[in-house]
Amino acid sequence: MIKRLICFWGILLLFSFPVSTGAQKSILLATTTSTQDSGLLDILIPTFENKTGYFVKTIAVGSGQAMAMGQKREADVLLVHSPEAEKKFVAMGYGINRRLVMHNDFILLGPLEDPAKIRGLRAAREAFKKIASTDALFLSRGDNSGTHFKEKTLWRACGLNPENEKWYQQTGLGMGQTLNVASEKKSYTLADRGTYLALKKNLSLSILTEGDAILLNIYHVIEVNPARWPKVNAAGARAFADFMVSKETQEIIRTFGVDKFGSPLFFPDAGKKEEELGK
Amino acid sequence: MDLIFEGIIKAFYLLIMLDSEVLGITLLSLQVSGTATLISLFIGISIGTLVALTEFPGRRFVVSLINTGMGLPPVVVGLLVTIFLWRNGPFGFLGILYTPLAMIIAQAIIATPIVMGISLAAIQALPKNLRLQILTLGATRFQMVWILIKEARLPLLAGVMAGFGGIISEVGASIMVGGNIKGYSRVLTTATVMETSRGNFDMAIALGIILLLLAYLINLVLTQIQQRERLR
Repeated sequence: MIKRLICFWGILLLFSFPVSTGAQKSILLATTTSTQDSGLLDILIPTFENKTGYFVKTIAVGSGQAMAMGQKREADVLLVHSPEAEKKFVAMGYGINRRLVMHNDFILLGPLEDPAKIRGLRAAREAFKKIASTDALFLSRGDNSGTHFKEKTLWRACGLNPENEKWYQQTGLGMGQTLNVASEKKSYTLADRGTYLALKKNLSLSILTEGDAILLNIYHVIEVNPARWPKVNAAGARAFADFMVSKETQEIIRTFGVDKFGSPLFFPDAGKKEEELGK
Repeated sequence: MDLIFEGIIKAFYLLIMLDSEVLGITLLSLQVSGTATLISLFIGISIGTLVALTEFPGRRFVVSLINTGMGLPPVVVGLLVTIFLWRNGPFGFLGILYTPLAMIIAQAIIATPIVMGISLAAIQALPKNLRLQILTLGATRFQMVWILIKEARLPLLAGVMAGFGGIISEVGASIMVGGNIKGYSRVLTTATVMETSRGNFDMAIALGIILLLLAYLINLVLTQIQQRERLR
């Protein structure tokens, strides 16, 4: 009986595992949840793999964790959206060739009833202050992601520290899950437009504040510094970074999501300067 | 409620159309958890039997450790395996983090104490005289152990089911050490988490239903064997 059981498994295991590719040919990409949850990478990665023969292992985490992985050389290339932290990352010699890929923007979402009355406010800081003064429930990602970082920057810009306030809660989850929680709890939250548009159909949240220059959400690609970590796949990282800013890829980004959501999720920016954005 | 209904329809649609991506994910789930179960059976039954049949100082302490291990939190196992397999970790030179092999290792670590604890209890529950009887009939020690394991096969099968059930439904460790890489290390549970965070609830439910069906089928086979044995 036991023999038969083992035979059964043996036969099953004969279906070989996915062929493991050699280390030379595989690239470890640490990126944010927004690029995966929006579905953009599902289109870009296969194109890249077909073109170059590399195998990309995508690990979707918050920008903070992605950079921590780069710091410990657990990644070859990063696609992240936390500019200030990125600059520090490069300045400390962990990364090289930080290049602008694309942007979209953050939006302040809230319940339809809008208890803090921020609908239509263009200044994000003012909206944040109003939420704080009315004690309306605000959900934070709380996971050191790019979005969380942006949110903390905004609170700081308002001169507020909501960390221990009752109306301020942290999910510690990715963007998609945080949006679902915010929708269920009728609370305010900061989100990137791409993930919001992708999940919109299930949410009872509306966009209340948008368009402020401070709300820009900028994505850069960074190669992990091979001088510091000789074992990283530098050639692969370079190939992927070049691919992200190439003309064809930028064209895919430009049109991605238009057929499904009516408007693009990301705006390609390769070759531009960060300061030019939002003008 | 509509969502659940849509999910069920989607699950059957995916199964009938033999959707290649879902099929691949399902097969990988089976391979990873199946292999991990096999490894855990080998280690779990050997050590479980050994501890059940021997006396040594600190035995109770060891048994309590094994029993605690039955509740080993998968995320903790995932975290530890990740740290060990990191490129600059002690086993980094193997380069197996974010591969199905790493998932097998993590899942085997989770399942082994479960199988071990149940084997230990099963062998211990056999009547004490049985051992002496087998030995007096002229069996060698090895033969005696083999007969005891065969004698305890029904509860041991329960151990197989518990171990397999524990890891095929596990997500914390698999997502950490496997990375949920499309077409490579994505299994049913990690795909369900991802589809949920993407807001594709119907797809998430469909994957959940396929997972349940799979677990049911495996347990059906095992239960058939177990209950047929009982009648003999």
